[in-house]
Amino acid sequence: MYVAVKGGERAIANAHRLLAEVRRGDLRVAELGLAQIAEQLGLAVDRVMTEGSLYDRELAALAIKQAQGDLVEAIFLLRAYRTTLPRLGFSEPLDSERMLVKRRISAIFKDIPGGQVLGPTYDFTHRLLDFSLKGNGRSTAGRPADAAALAGEVPPPDASADLFGALRDQEEIGTDSAAPIAASVLEMLRREGLLEAEPDDNSNQPVADLTRQPLQLPADRDMRLQNLARADEGFLHALAYSALRGFGYGSHPFVGEIRVGEVTVEVVPEELGFPIEIGRISITECFMVSRSGESAEASNQFTLGYGLTFGHCERKAMAMSLVDTCLKRVKQEGRAPAPAEDEEFVLYHSDNVEASGFVQHLKLPHYVDFQAELVRMRAGREGTDKNPAPSADGPVTAPQ
Amino acid sequence: MTETGMEGYNFAYLDEQTKRMIRRAILKAVAIPGHQVPFGSREMPLPYGWGTGGIQLTASILGADDVLKVIDQGADDTSNAVSIRGFFARTAGIKTTTKTRQATIIQTRHRIPETPLREGQIIVYQVPIPEPLRFLEPSEPQTRRAHALAEYGLMYVKLYEDISRNGHIATAFDYPVMVHRRYLMSPSPIPKFDNPKMDRMPALQLFGAGREKRIYAVPPYTRVKSLGFEDFPFQVERWRECCAICGSRESFLDEVIVDDRGARIFVCSDTDYCSERCEPIHSGSQAAPLREHLAAIEREGQACKRPVQFSK
Repeated sequence: MYVAVKGGERAIANAHRLLAEVRRGDLRVAELGLAQIAEQLGLAVDRVMTEGSLYDRELAALAIKQAQGDLVEAIFLLRAYRTTLPRLGFSEPLDSERMLVKRRISAIFKDIPGGQVLGPTYDFTHRLLDFSLKGNGRSTAGRPADAAALAGEVPPPDASADLFGALRDQEEIGTDSAAPIAASVLEMLRREGLLEAEPDDNSNQPVADLTRQPLQLPADRDMRLQNLARADEGFLHALAYSALRGFGYGSHPFVGEIRVGEVTVEVVPEELGFPIEIGRISITECFMVSRSGESAEASNQFTLGYGLTFGHCERKAMAMSLVDTCLKRVKQEGRAPAPAEDEEFVLYHSDNVEASGFVQHLKLPHYVDFQAELVRMRAGREGTDKNPAPSADGPVTAPQ
Repeated sequence: MTETGMEGYNFAYLDEQTKRMIRRAILKAVAIPGHQVPFGSREMPLPYGWGTGGIQLTASILGADDVLKVIDQGADDTSNAVSIRGFFARTAGIKTTTKTRQATIIQTRHRIPETPLREGQIIVYQVPIPEPLRFLEPSEPQTRRAHALAEYGLMYVKLYEDISRNGHIATAFDYPVMVHRRYLMSPSPIPKFDNPKMDRMPALQLFGAGREKRIYAVPPYTRVKSLGFEDFPFQVERWRECCAICGSRESFLDEVIVDDRGARIFVCSDTDYCSERCEPIHSGSQAAPLREHLAAIEREGQACKRPVQFSK
C-alpha cells in the first residue's frame, strides 16, 4: 500500500537502464558516431553550442547523442559540463570585419563593399522532400567537396576521435592572414550620422558575466546581449515575431547585414602583453537597423540591434537582433511596454535550461502541498456548503 | 579534509572558489535574517526545480565528517530525495542517514521533520520562488524596493481579501512569515502546519533558490512569525484521523488512496518519524498485530479511521 513512495532507489536505477536501451534503439541499426553528428547534423550542433555557451563541436555532438536529439536536454548537458570548467581569462573582442566569410548578405543595399555572398542557405530551396537522401548519402543535390574522403563511407564510431583531429588539420590548411576585409555595411550609415551613436565602449570596464553574477535590473547592454545569446531560440523567435506583428515595434526593421564565417580568437597573456591567436571559431552575426524610436527626433535616426551566435544559427541571430532592438529603442512615453520590450519579462524567461527545469519540476511529488490544499478546501466546503464534503473525514482547524 | 568522492570532480562537486562565493552569501544571509542575497548560482548536473539551490548550499557547507539526510515531501525514499542523496554520496563520499537525530545537515523539499531539530544541525530548504510578494507583484525591482522599505501592506491586503471572500486565509502552503520583525520571507512551499517549527528553532535554517539565484537564512533562535490578524490569527491544519501506521495525532498526514473506490488511509508524511515510533513494535512482540493490520488494509482496502490497537 505504500508502494507509491517506496522503492525510489531501484526505480531510478531501472529507469536509467531502460533509458540507455531506448537511447541505443534497434541494435541492427549502426550506432551514430560523434563525427557523423558533428558533420551531418551541423546546425543542431551549432544551436547546442550557442545556447550551451560552449564552443566545442565534439562535446556538443556527444550531448546531442546522449540526449537522443533533444536539443534543450543537450544544451543542459553542455551547460552542466561548462560550469565545471576553470575560467582562464577573457579573449580580445572578435574582429568580425576580418571574418573568413562563408555567407554575407545585406537587405538594405544592392551592392556592398566586399560583395554579397549567398553561401549555404535554405532560403531559396524548394521545400520538397529529397527522397534521394533516403539512400546511403548519395544525394542528387550537391556532393561534398571532398567526395573521395566522405562519399558514402561512414567511419566507425571509434574512429571519430581521429576524424576530429583530421578535420582540425584540414581547417589549418587554407587559413591565411590574407583574409579579405569585409567592412561592415553599417559604417557607411554611421559616417553619415544616420546611425545612433553607441555608448562609448569602455575597455577598462570588465564585461558582465551572467554565469558568475545573477541578473540585475536594469541590465546593461553587455549583460542583456549575453542573456539573449544564451536564450532559447524558440522564445526569442516568438518574441521577435510578436514585435513584427505590432506588439511593440511600430516601424519596419531592416537587415543591415548577416554574416556567417570564421573569426580568429585572440588573447593577451599577461606575461607577453600583446595578443596571440589561440584558434578560430565559426559565428553568425546579424545587424538589424530600425528607427530608433517613436518620437520626432528619434525617428530621424536608425538604431542598431545586434545578434551573435556560434556556428550557423541565422534565425536565432535575427531574432536576437530584433529583441535587442525592442529593448533598446526609445519608447513613447505613457505606452505600456509590449512583451518583447519588457526587459524584465524577456531576460528572466529567456533561458531554456531554467525554464525547462522549472516547468518540468511539476512532475516531482507535491503530495504535501496538495494535501494541505485538500485539507483547506474541505474545511472551506464544510463551512460554506449545505452539503458537506463527500466524507466526514474533514479536518478540524485548531488555533496554533 | 580528505579528498574522497568522484574522480575528476572536486569534493561535493563544486570547485572551492564557487563554494567560497556561496559561503560569503550565506554569511551575509545569516547576518540579515530573512533578507534575500543574490548569488552567482551555477548550473548543476540536476535540473533547475529539482533543488539546485539547496544542493549548492549543501555542497558549500558539507565537510567530510558530516552526515547528510535528504527528504522530499517528508520522506527519505521519494525518488528526488534518493537521487540527491546519491549525488552527495557519490561526489563527496560522505555518510548519509535517514535518521533526523543522526544528521548534521538535512536537505529538505516541502517539509520540516517532525522530530525537533537541535543546536548544531543545519536544515537546507529547496526554494522554487524565494520572493514572498512575487504573485502579488511580478517585478523584481519593485519587490526589492518593498523589502528595503519594509512595505508589506500588499501582503496584508491579500490576506484580508482572502478572509473577506472565504472567511479564512486561503494559503495552505508557502505561508508568508515575518523574520525578526523585519523581513517578510517565504518559508518555501512547506505546509503552514510546519511554520511554527521555524520559530526560534535551535538549528540554523538556510534557504537556496538556484534558478532565481537567491540565498536567505534564519539563524538559530530567531523569531519567525506567521502573518495573521488579531481577530483572524494564524492557524494550522489538524486531522480527525491519526496515522494508520504509527497512530500519531501530532504529525502531518498524507492521504493514500488504497483501492479503486477511493477508500483512503492517512499516514505520516515524515517517514523517519513514523518508523521511529513503530520501531519498538516492529522488533518486539507487537510486530504481529501491525502486520495483520497492514495486511487487512491491503486486502480489504478499507479506510482506516483508527490506528492499529497496540497494548502499551
